[in-house]
Amino acid sequence: MIRWLLWILAGILLGGIVHLAAVLLLPSLASRNAYSRLAGLTPVNAVTPLAAPAPGSDPLPYMDPAFATSVCRYDLSDGPLKLSVPVTQAYTSVSFYSRAGVAYYAINDRAAGRSVIELDLMTSEQHADLPENEDETAADRLIVESPTPTGVIVLRALAPEPGLMPAVRDVLARARCAKS
Amino acid sequence: MRLLLGTLITFTLAAAIGLGSAWYAISGAPPFGMLTLGSWVAWPRNGTQNIDPYAHAAIARSGELPTGSGDGVTFFARSDDTGAPLDGRCETVISGVTPGARYWTITLYDANGQLVANSVNRYGFTSQEIVRNADGSFDIVVGPRPRPGNWLPSGAGSRYLLLIRLYDTPVGITTRSSRETPMPSITRRGCPT
Repeated sequence: MIRWLLWILAGILLGGIVHLAAVLLLPSLASRNAYSRLAGLTPVNAVTPLAAPAPGSDPLPYMDPAFATSVCRYDLSDGPLKLSVPVTQAYTSVSFYSRAGVAYYAINDRAAGRSVIELDLMTSEQHADLPENEDETAADRLIVESPTPTGVIVLRALAPEPGLMPAVRDVLARARCAKS
Repeated sequence: MRLLLGTLITFTLAAAIGLGSAWYAISGAPPFGMLTLGSWVAWPRNGTQNIDPYAHAAIARSGELPTGSGDGVTFFARSDDTGAPLDGRCETVISGVTPGARYWTITLYDANGQLVANSVNRYGFTSQEIVRNADGSFDIVVGPRPRPGNWLPSGAGSRYLLLIRLYDTPVGITTRSSRETPMPSITRRGCPT
């Protein structure tokens, strides 16, 4: 009897380990996360406008229909990226997501404080390899470090009223994301 | 023989308990780091690198990209102020004010995070287009039939959820549930019987 209880106890303990392993491994194994969903729709290292969300056809869940959204799916293995996003009249933001969907950095137009949000995206190794003086002369440029070599940049611009959406999409269409 | 049977029991039990509980933990609302204001719940840490493992697994599964903390914060409501689930066949009134933010939007989604089809292509409101009362507060009627004022169609389905997104806001990780962060009330006004 005791022996069976021990087997069951071992099963429960092992179950706890399986639970932790499953939760921790799922983000890197998930085949339907945001990056994978966008992989079929967007090229790498280029800005792609996403279609306006509509019932039943949103590429990602919980997209805000009041926003024009563009994405730049990136791969830094060939070198850092330069991102420039012209800000719109109302509200513009740039959010960075790792391969597994972690929002590791986001900035809005007001925090950026200029009419074009300009950022350099690189891995921490590439940042460390930057010549020191170059880092200094470019003190005013924002450097963002990506925790993973691949990921997604999401550019969002608000159309406060539906009639403003075409103008907002036009401004966002001038955003660039390319190898520096 | 007994060893084999015991090992079999142990491993079966481990797989069932481990995977079952993991599935349960990530299919519902993430259990940690909640900011609850009335019927509205946000997970401000989901917009940072410090997202907890359960929430991380949940977003990897759903495919959503959480609002980054430098962008804003997203509040979810699945039920009204009495705790009853939001029902698209009923008429529900969202009423009050939001915490300070440069802009905010309110949007209606089905349980899968997709917009709900309706005849007027109205999926939500922005803070700029909403019609306000004299004191700056607003009332939104969510329901299947057109209403004067701010009408948000609930479509034909039953369960839905509402998202309020605050953009460029002080509300975030450091916010405690309190009087300084008012969120609108959610009241059911009537259901067809």
